[in-house]
Amino acid sequence: MTSAPKTGEVVLAARDIAKSYGFIQALKGVNFNVHRGQVTTLFGENGAGKSTLMKILSGVVKPTSGEILLDGAPVVFASSSQAREHGISIIHQELSLAPNMNVRDNIFMGREIRGPAGVNFAEEERLTRLLLEELEEDIDPLTPVEELRLGQQQIVEIARALSVNSRILIMDEPTSALSASEVEVLFKVIRDLKARGVSIVYISHHLEEALQITDHAVVLRDGAMTAYAPRAEIDLEWIVRNMVGENFDLGSPPSGYSMGPVALSIEALTLRDRKADYNVVDQLSLDVREGEIVCIYGLMGAGRTELLESVAGRLAPTSGRVLLKGRDVTGHSIAQCIAEGLVLVPEDRQRDGLVQTMSVGRNLSLASIGTFTRGLFTSFSREAELVDGSIRNVHIKTDGGAAPIGSLSGGNQQKVVIGKMLATQPEVILLDEPSRGIDIGAKAEVFKLLAERARKGLAVVYTTSEVGECLSIAHRILVMRRGRIAAEFGPDATKEEIMAASGEAVVAHA
Amino acid sequence: MSAPTNIASAGSTPAKPAPVRRKKSLVELLFEGRAFFALIAIILVFSSMSPNYFTVGNFLIMASHVAIFGLLAIGMLLVILNGGIDLSVGSTLGLSGVIAGFLMQGVQLQQLGVILYPPVWVVVVLTCLLGAVVGAVNGVLIAYLRVPAFVATLGVLYVARGIALLMTNGLTYNNLGGRADLGNTGFDWLGFNRLGGVPIGVLVLALFAVICHILLTRTAFGRWLYSSGGNERAAELSGVPVKRVKIMVYVLSGVCAAVAGLVLSSQLTSAGPTAGTTYELTAIAAVVIGGAALTGGRGTVIGTMLGAFVIGFLSDGLVIIGVSAYWQTVFTGAVIVMAVLLNSIRYGRR
Repeated sequence: MTSAPKTGEVVLAARDIAKSYGFIQALKGVNFNVHRGQVTTLFGENGAGKSTLMKILSGVVKPTSGEILLDGAPVVFASSSQAREHGISIIHQELSLAPNMNVRDNIFMGREIRGPAGVNFAEEERLTRLLLEELEEDIDPLTPVEELRLGQQQIVEIARALSVNSRILIMDEPTSALSASEVEVLFKVIRDLKARGVSIVYISHHLEEALQITDHAVVLRDGAMTAYAPRAEIDLEWIVRNMVGENFDLGSPPSGYSMGPVALSIEALTLRDRKADYNVVDQLSLDVREGEIVCIYGLMGAGRTELLESVAGRLAPTSGRVLLKGRDVTGHSIAQCIAEGLVLVPEDRQRDGLVQTMSVGRNLSLASIGTFTRGLFTSFSREAELVDGSIRNVHIKTDGGAAPIGSLSGGNQQKVVIGKMLATQPEVILLDEPSRGIDIGAKAEVFKLLAERARKGLAVVYTTSEVGECLSIAHRILVMRRGRIAAEFGPDATKEEIMAASGEAVVAHA
Repeated sequence: MSAPTNIASAGSTPAKPAPVRRKKSLVELLFEGRAFFALIAIILVFSSMSPNYFTVGNFLIMASHVAIFGLLAIGMLLVILNGGIDLSVGSTLGLSGVIAGFLMQGVQLQQLGVILYPPVWVVVVLTCLLGAVVGAVNGVLIAYLRVPAFVATLGVLYVARGIALLMTNGLTYNNLGGRADLGNTGFDWLGFNRLGGVPIGVLVLALFAVICHILLTRTAFGRWLYSSGGNERAAELSGVPVKRVKIMVYVLSGVCAAVAGLVLSSQLTSAGPTAGTTYELTAIAAVVIGGAALTGGRGTVIGTMLGAFVIGFLSDGLVIIGVSAYWQTVFTGAVIVMAVLLNSIRYGRR
């Protein structure tokens, strides 16, 4: 490990921080320092533990072991407000604003300035104007937050964190919804803050962007810190190498069989976001053959989810066509698509995939009730057959179909969602981030399962935001960027190539 | 890691693993059957306090009281399973009674100069249709126009009550017995007659309960209902027609209310426009005491029936032992709060 940089006094230090949720180790002994008036950036793929670490530093989550040193003395934060009292504040990745309230009230939420007659709104408004001026954003403090663009909301979130006058500011993906000019302004503000002695912990997926601003880099992989170095000693390649590391084998593209004809054909599909007034999916065309596995890689907001949802009938595309084995299924409802053999496994398992009040078996059989209904009534024996078959085929570890869905681990819950859709005997399966929130072993099993099915002629399309997962079972890797396919690779592509095409890291041009 | 690589051929494998039943502790058992135990407790307490309580005659009378809001509770259960609420059932009950009374009095067609006296079965069918229409209005407002269920059904509560008052000018239709020479007798059959000693109203309730139980446990619709109440987004993504299910539950709730209205006006052989006021609250209480979650997705017909009987047997028991009507209200309220308290302990500590 590289020794800690000497510049700047250490204000905050993490010592052997570990955190486990049940059997899953989210963090395995992380050490790093935050220096006064400097930016420390955390790099790592999704699930590497960045957000968990940030939550620990800001008092939202308590570490299982290890300690946090503030100015050299160990501290324990019972809550995020206690961390704030110590001068640590955080800008969350998910916006935490109340959309019904205006900008001023959001910025001073919970810290209202008291006056003789209740809240001193005039003073709050004045300070809000000052903050927004500093951020060069022309927003009226009395505008309700819900009327702002996502990028402006992020600015408000940043303004709120600035208003606290904290010594240490944690920014979790602050630029994900900002335009290039807004990012410039934010960086200017960060430099001002540095000059004032504020320390910043920064997280970003945009490596190039983060390199512009950072003074130190910490790289995490699978919950462990893999590297720590000052800016002067590192470059993009170094970060990518440490981020990605050695591969856990997630399988290889199934081979030894010939792919069938085109199963799914997407023709110039466009989905317009009426609120933001741009094309989330932009004239996208794609053919997937029977037995083929296609991976779609892209950053957050690249339009992957919207693409899959408009193909599978959840969103109505603005224009373009979707053909399933030559049959036009554009604008079909979800139920019609399922009946035709085109199914979607949604991204958010808890919100869109599972019915928490029902058993494992009933979740598994939910999409194929018709197949075990005779006349008016469902057949318990045929249903049990289907459920038991699914449990075996997708290798779900459970006490049986009657077990409550909550008793399963995340990976097994994900297999239930996939098994539910596979039970409908689809021809094409779309999976939105099938590996999200499941451990590496379960990931490998899910991919193996998909490879098995592809061998039998199923067309598989899955999305991912972890580049390592592109180079597993996929025959073809598409990189999506701003609603379009920016690049296409074979299974022999390198991680660096894929990341470069997504706009995540632009490796120095040769 | 070696995952089994059996390519299982579904159907032909004989050994079906027996569903593993987790052993339940005594506490859990008491919890599951809490409405049942409450009912037993109520019967024991009142039987010890009054010799008139524990008699077949009294049970049948109490059961025929229960029939009215038991029917409402069945409809309400369907709505609550869907994650909604139907505040309009009491008014629908009142309106249905008034419509039935109006039809029984004879429909005067001025242009033709005749008065039509529809036979009782026609009255029953038309009244049920009315209930279905009121329910459909609720359903469309909620499923397609996205009005929150609470607000939509609250509005319909007022409108339906208002129409009932307008139709009767605030008065009550009496003498729904019909006249033999007009061939429309028999309306009182629902409320007064007995089959094998059991009041028809109770049999109607039993019939509806059985049908609804089968609907929930044995049909695709039942599965759709539980899933869309448990997680509407997941259900929709699994191809469940969530909007149709939503409209259907309100229609069924409206029909249940109409049938309850028929039974009540038949029991009273009169139909007043204010009948059934606040009955929707009793119905909700029965569903909740029966262990259903107001957030949707959890609840059974058996539980709801037990809940209805708990409320009915409790309030009738209080009448029998001579407790004032005001105290009855207090007791009923306490039982409801207790039930919800137990529900939140149950679902809160999952």
